[in-house]
Amino acid sequence: MTDQPLVIGKYEFRSRLIVGTGKYPSMEVMQAAHAASGAEMVTVAIRRIHLDDPSGKTLIDFIDRSRMRILPNTAGCFSAKDAVLTAHLAREALGTDLIKLEVIGDAQTLYPDTKETLIAAEQLVRDGFTVLPYIADDPTACKHLEELGCAAVMPLAAPIGSGLGVCNPYSIAIIKECAKVPVIVDAGVGTASDAAIAMELGVDALLMNTGIAAAKDPVLMAEAMRAGVEAGRKAFLAGRMQKRLYANASSPMTGLIGSAKS
Amino acid sequence: MKATINGEPREIGSDATLASVLAELNVPEKGTAVAVNDRVVVKAEYGAYRLGDGDRVEIIVAVAGG
Repeated sequence: MTDQPLVIGKYEFRSRLIVGTGKYPSMEVMQAAHAASGAEMVTVAIRRIHLDDPSGKTLIDFIDRSRMRILPNTAGCFSAKDAVLTAHLAREALGTDLIKLEVIGDAQTLYPDTKETLIAAEQLVRDGFTVLPYIADDPTACKHLEELGCAAVMPLAAPIGSGLGVCNPYSIAIIKECAKVPVIVDAGVGTASDAAIAMELGVDALLMNTGIAAAKDPVLMAEAMRAGVEAGRKAFLAGRMQKRLYANASSPMTGLIGSAKS
Repeated sequence: MKATINGEPREIGSDATLASVLAELNVPEKGTAVAVNDRVVVKAEYGAYRLGDGDRVEIIVAVAGG
């Protein structure tokens, strides 16, 4: 069957997997993993240029922009003010209004600062950005972000880079049920089954970086994640069977050999 | 006069524009962006943008991240 495309603001995607560019062993492995993932959008961070070698090759040179959109992030920002400035710099540097809004509240857990995220989201929507905010798995915060005009909401499955999988599937399911904008599970997916579990909850897409980049074989893991996302999506659309406590035989219970003729 | 560029204090000419400073630092236009005192300056304005003493200039580029 053909699935509906994923629509985020004015952008359409066939792939429901968004990947990152961080932590790869080399740019060549990253390129191969991107190709294997089938992703059509890739995140990048924004940092000061090295003034000792400013004209060398940059990350963007290793991204196939004919196939993938760039999703710059505001990672590393701890205030709405810094996140807003970073978003504006990203738009000027990369020519995209897409922004993954990330305002961190705590350096150890990398949990988002909800208050600062809401302040920045409001400003960036007003400034014409297509805002995709990273947020806790909090249905109320997601609702607020949607009301502010964000193009999607991106609750975490587990802390960034933890690979713990979907820690609170019930919250994610509630967020999806309440949201009118796409729900993209961002952060915490560690392996292909985690990806499938997240997609089976009905979310619209997944964003992951470390789950692929920190695998022993990132290219093979990218392929596995792609399959996991697709399997989970199909299972969601198919509608799973009801769970039951006791067995229910799949084979007929009549006509068994040695039984009395009926 | 002095400006702080990416956190480092640097001596710049009294008639320095953003365009002249970026050219001197060999910063490519493609893929980069600049903020002066926390405000983004669009590329079209680099030539006319005169820097002042004590200005804080941030020059950024996309790097690997998730």
